[in-house]
Amino acid sequence: MTTNALRMDKPVEQSLLDSGVQGIIGKGIERIDGPLKVAGQATYSAEYDFPNLAYGFLVRATFPAGKISSIDAEGAKAMPGVVDVVVDLKTFIRNAQQGGETEAPTQGVKDVAYFGEPVAIVVAESYEIARDAAQLVAVRYEPAEGVFTFDDHVDDAIKPPPGSMPPYHSQGDLDAAMADAAFTIDNVWRTPSQNSAAMEPHASIALWDDDGLTLYGSLQMPSSDKQQLAKSLGERQSKVRIVARYIGGGFGSKLGISPDTVATAIAAKAVGRPVKTVMTRQQVFDATVRRSNTQQRFRLAADADGKLTGIGHETLCSNLPGEGYFEPAGQATQFLYGGENRIIKHDLVELNRTLSGSMRAPGEAVGLLAQENAMDELAEQIGIDPIELRRINDPAQDPQKDIPYSTRSLTRCLDAGAKAFGWEQRNRTPGAKREGDWLIGHGMAATTRTNMLQPSEAAVSIGPDGRALVETDMTDIGTGTYTILAQIAGEMLGLPIERVAVHLGDTKSPPGAGSGGSWGAGSSGSSVYLAAQALREKLAKAMGVEADDLTLKDGHAIAGNRRVAIGELVGDGITATGSIEPGKQEKETTQASYGAHFCEVKVHAVTGEVRVTRWHSTFEAGRILNQQTARSQCIGGIVFGIGTALTEEAVHDDRDGRIVNHDLVEYHVPVHADIPHMDIVFLDERDPHANPLHAKGIGELGIGGAGAAVTNAIYNATGVRVRDYPATLDKLLEGLPAV
Amino acid sequence: MHFTINGQPHQAEVDIRTTLLDLLREHLSLTGSKKGCDHGQCGACTVLVNGRRINSCLTLAVMHQDDEIVTIEGLGTPEKLHPLQAAFVKHDGFQCGYCTPGQICSAVGMLDEVEKGWPSHVSATLDDPDFTDDEIRERMSGNLCRCSAYPNIVDAIREVADAKQPAQAEAAE
Repeated sequence: MTTNALRMDKPVEQSLLDSGVQGIIGKGIERIDGPLKVAGQATYSAEYDFPNLAYGFLVRATFPAGKISSIDAEGAKAMPGVVDVVVDLKTFIRNAQQGGETEAPTQGVKDVAYFGEPVAIVVAESYEIARDAAQLVAVRYEPAEGVFTFDDHVDDAIKPPPGSMPPYHSQGDLDAAMADAAFTIDNVWRTPSQNSAAMEPHASIALWDDDGLTLYGSLQMPSSDKQQLAKSLGERQSKVRIVARYIGGGFGSKLGISPDTVATAIAAKAVGRPVKTVMTRQQVFDATVRRSNTQQRFRLAADADGKLTGIGHETLCSNLPGEGYFEPAGQATQFLYGGENRIIKHDLVELNRTLSGSMRAPGEAVGLLAQENAMDELAEQIGIDPIELRRINDPAQDPQKDIPYSTRSLTRCLDAGAKAFGWEQRNRTPGAKREGDWLIGHGMAATTRTNMLQPSEAAVSIGPDGRALVETDMTDIGTGTYTILAQIAGEMLGLPIERVAVHLGDTKSPPGAGSGGSWGAGSSGSSVYLAAQALREKLAKAMGVEADDLTLKDGHAIAGNRRVAIGELVGDGITATGSIEPGKQEKETTQASYGAHFCEVKVHAVTGEVRVTRWHSTFEAGRILNQQTARSQCIGGIVFGIGTALTEEAVHDDRDGRIVNHDLVEYHVPVHADIPHMDIVFLDERDPHANPLHAKGIGELGIGGAGAAVTNAIYNATGVRVRDYPATLDKLLEGLPAV
Repeated sequence: MHFTINGQPHQAEVDIRTTLLDLLREHLSLTGSKKGCDHGQCGACTVLVNGRRINSCLTLAVMHQDDEIVTIEGLGTPEKLHPLQAAFVKHDGFQCGYCTPGQICSAVGMLDEVEKGWPSHVSATLDDPDFTDDEIRERMSGNLCRCSAYPNIVDAIREVADAKQPAQAEAAE
């Protein structure tokens, strides 16, 4: 099979998507998987039926730290309908794995490290029996000392290993810059633990046969998840297949395998039957992954003109003992604004709490709250418009790495957004605009999200019927992948979208990038682009012309005065594989998407209740592949940001670290009534340094800064600065203007 | 037990602990109704029972002898979508699609409640309130969408509701 491989060592100056004439790329085409989803016919992980299927239910530790001495399952096993209680303290995984890792996560559950850790699994003939029997399993243990409270242990924080960024960076002399500055900000922000709360709980169905294990799992990155699972089980990778065709949201929580994945695979092998395990909502909160709480000291130093001379961003976050992952809150701080004296630090407090890991925009989602609030405070102190402050500090090149930006569009977004929102017309005096019982405020914030490219492969074939098929184990977690891959293939091959089929989420297909880090469209889309480029060469050869002289449109190849149906040029069918990997471009340029949020809030003058009443965001993210799905992604991110600002907080019990509000009634995600109409604008851009599509990541762009725009607006409405998220009304009441 | 589901008679022997949702998903292979929380907190399991919207995870199957149950599968098929299903596709009223069947079943039930003149928490009057976008938001707030397609869902429901209204007005004349 032909493989067209590209390493991004050089910019791709011309994208074939700009010379395609099918006219479907970029359009707001309806999702091709839409009819299946709205009709309830899309099959999520727990929805495959197999003969002789048994039900698994996880048994969990009801203590936060200790060594298991015995597990008494006799009572459970005696219950009619119970198939078995499977205990494997050595192989069960302690916690979920982080995204993209290729090794097994921390394994072995004899030493329990957090409340609710899964330690055994009941298998029964029905869900009801399995759930009931799980209550009868007695887990005996010797208690151990645990560390549960964050505030009492910040002095024990350790330097974590490098993650998506180095934990420490320092240049110049920030303390001197602060001392010399005309204006300074030095405050501490706090953000709580959060949960992705994807609507579909984590679920697994495991089947073993002569070929090995097939696992239907709600997993965002099948190709690395397969490696994690194989290593956890001690199986060869070739013996493990993961299927994840539809995923009911992920937001980071399904990047790596989770305790149900391994437990279900072990159980299915032990009982010799297919087993299905669906986590309860409470189990999802307790035993998958959270976004760490953070405590962030953010410092700004500016000269008399408002030009930044220093930035300090020191973050403390938490994780389980031995897990090195830290919330990279300083991610955007590295490159969003200038300032030659800089400190960016991340330290980790080891706690017996649920694993922390990636949740939508790890880093930016909470780091930009501090940064964009601090910028708002600084603008006020200087007495200039917050947009002007950002304009003054828009650097010509990356202030840390001394390399150029691939493209840099922050100021364009700020200007266009301000105009569309009517920013100039706002009241500038905090607490001075009131309508009836409501104080009205306006706020803005910038956003950015680092653009990443991941290795990704896809196969594209054209059959004699003139239809194309795209195959990769890439996933669509609601991001629109099915649709944008069909658009890319259709544009490249001159096929209407209904003549392109896309098969995703099966590790039998070429390994894709997986969904995470906003890299899906750019990475997986590029692999489809490259495969289709190879097919264009083949079609050109069949037409006897150079590929550049070939026009593909509406299922026909056109060259000179000939027009031939594509199906007639492919014999029994042609296939090519496309493969992309990151190269020098990511070292030579700083790549990111940018945006600006503007919002209006009303705050009840008596109760402090906050309602978001108006929203505008302008973004620039390279080529927009589908206006409609891109807009939906941005809205989704913004709403996450509104939840972060106003309601979302996973509360840990100080006595045992458990998440007290581990369900959807007590952990408050935004609902319909919380969200107004969203005005979203994309500015046109191409980024040839990013990938052959010239597109950049968008899935996490919306969330960054969105929460800060809300709290900046709350300040404008009330004169109250909230730095302890979420900005619940109890934090506003005391500071509200006299009624 | 006997139920009528999507117009078809169904006989089933069920565990008294089995919820209506698990009956549909685990026993009748009607997996369009989703389980997001199993506690009536998210609305993903919303179905219509005797014409009214209900969280099917909060009710036991044995409570529904002879009831008429309509699930997302009964509203339309990918080839022949219900107007609300089509409007959700047109307005991108979903992303991952997991809460979507519940949103759509809930919207069907909600529009029927509006037609009957039922007020809501945000209604300015108790008597035949205006059907504003805020009414949609309030009445749909039992259906969570973590992908946050809320504004698009409102647009989809608005379009279908507006298309219905002129027809009703005509009929009234």
